[in-house]
Amino acid sequence: MIARLVLALLAFATLTGAAGPKLVPDVSSRAIEIRYSFTGAELLLFGAVVYPGGRVPETPADVLVVLKGPTEPILMREKQKIAGIWMNADSHRFRSVPGFYALASAKPVGELVDERTAAIYELGLANLSLSPGAGSEPEKQQRFEAGLIDLKTRLGLYSEQPGGVEVTDGVLYRATIAIPSRVPVGTYTAETFLVADGRVLAAATRDIEIGKSGFERFVTLAAERQPLLYGLAAVLISLTLGWIAAAFFKKRV
Amino acid sequence: MDIYLPIAGMSVDALLIVALGLLVGILSGLFGVGGGFLTTPFLIFYGIPPTVAVASATTQITGASVSGAAVHYRKGGVDLPMAAIMIAGGLVGSLGGAALFRLLQASGQADLVIGFLYVIMLGAIGALMLRDALVALHVIAPPAKPKSRRRHHKWIAALPLRWRFYASGLYLSPLAPLGLGAVAGVLTVLLGVGGGFILVPAMIYLFGMAARVVVGTSLVVILGVSAATTLVHALTTQAVDIVLATLLLLGSVVGAQYGAVLTHRLKPDLLRLALAVMILLVALRMILGLAWQPDEIFTLRSLA
Repeated sequence: MIARLVLALLAFATLTGAAGPKLVPDVSSRAIEIRYSFTGAELLLFGAVVYPGGRVPETPADVLVVLKGPTEPILMREKQKIAGIWMNADSHRFRSVPGFYALASAKPVGELVDERTAAIYELGLANLSLSPGAGSEPEKQQRFEAGLIDLKTRLGLYSEQPGGVEVTDGVLYRATIAIPSRVPVGTYTAETFLVADGRVLAAATRDIEIGKSGFERFVTLAAERQPLLYGLAAVLISLTLGWIAAAFFKKRV
Repeated sequence: MDIYLPIAGMSVDALLIVALGLLVGILSGLFGVGGGFLTTPFLIFYGIPPTVAVASATTQITGASVSGAAVHYRKGGVDLPMAAIMIAGGLVGSLGGAALFRLLQASGQADLVIGFLYVIMLGAIGALMLRDALVALHVIAPPAKPKSRRRHHKWIAALPLRWRFYASGLYLSPLAPLGLGAVAGVLTVLLGVGGGFILVPAMIYLFGMAARVVVGTSLVVILGVSAATTLVHALTTQAVDIVLATLLLLGSVVGAQYGAVLTHRLKPDLLRLALAVMILLVALRMILGLAWQPDEIFTLRSLA
């Protein structure tokens, strides 16, 4: 952890010191509202790479964008066949699992950055630092990590999109990231990295709020803060609907 | 038409959920089964978190039993003191069930236990319905009636502190309906089912209640216990999705009325046979599901 921090600081020093290219990033919206008709959203991450003197080098730097959701601690269970029945047999804790992770780049991450850089900046699903619970053998930890990433990928919550970044004239870039309807709410970070020769030249971050609004927000808050009233309201609604239907049909039938 | 469910945290096809409610409503009107045993597994299969599915199906059961309970009440087919005691038991049962659920969740075997309970429940309902259907279709002979019927089961008769229940024609310890209500409460909170399939046979065969008040009393108990369980869910799991429950209700309250009408127009013996076979197949699939390698080896639970 400390080694990583030192490396990150060193990287930062080299970034700011040299008169390298600069990133001017932006996102299509700073806040995404979840309303009754929300079925997911598309977020556009775009911007420009500003080279010193305005000269684009022969091999322009590559752009990587990452959208990361809020992290949460997770208890993960694994089913095994015991006495002919599949039941939960093993478990593992992760302290910081991002609820959403999408990476888009022009080429696969492995071809753009070296392993160390990928690990420092958590580039790619294989490099997420999930802070696994201590005291378990590495083989088990790997098994659970692979399972976690596989599960989240199939839910559409984790993705890597090589070819997801489009660069125009080596200067303008754009990437679209699809957000499914079952995303967790919270503060997301959109990170943009400029890479060349396996190293990160520049990085920029934007925060994006994904939250419920209007009626959806009201319902969620009511369920959390006034559980008794919320429960009574639910019972009242079901009694009323049942009663209306009974009264309506009694006249007709 | 997609609609976002605020508590489940995902969007669903509203028409599909209403249609599910309608189907379950028609079944409950036709056969007098609650239908919770179909709603909950379907919702889970659709991808709704199991806790939200169970809690919201419970809310739906309340609404679906209103009209039936009202009809029976008007006809004098409800033993209110008996129902009140069972509802009190149901409240205790659902609180106990909620605690039991937390224990199971902590041990990691909640899915397995609930799966087993579903297999037993569906197997029992399916077998009973199949027997009824085959008897009605004259395929098998009706079960022989016991020659000298005891008023009620000897274990029930041994309970102390007897009360008189006039509508049921019983002189019975209130501990018996209290205990039965508690069982219904545990099932409701764990499985999202009303428990009518346990209440009705228990009241007939264990208590020896007058047949005239059995169904009405059972409906009132289901109404009360499911309402109480909705409150328990709202206070403990906070998993009641009011939007999901309303969508289910829109379909099921209408479906229940049509189902009740249909019972007068067609002979439901073949339908009952089909339903019994369907329920047994679902149960069989669930047994195999416990033995086959599941689609998901890993499950996640947030500790936040």
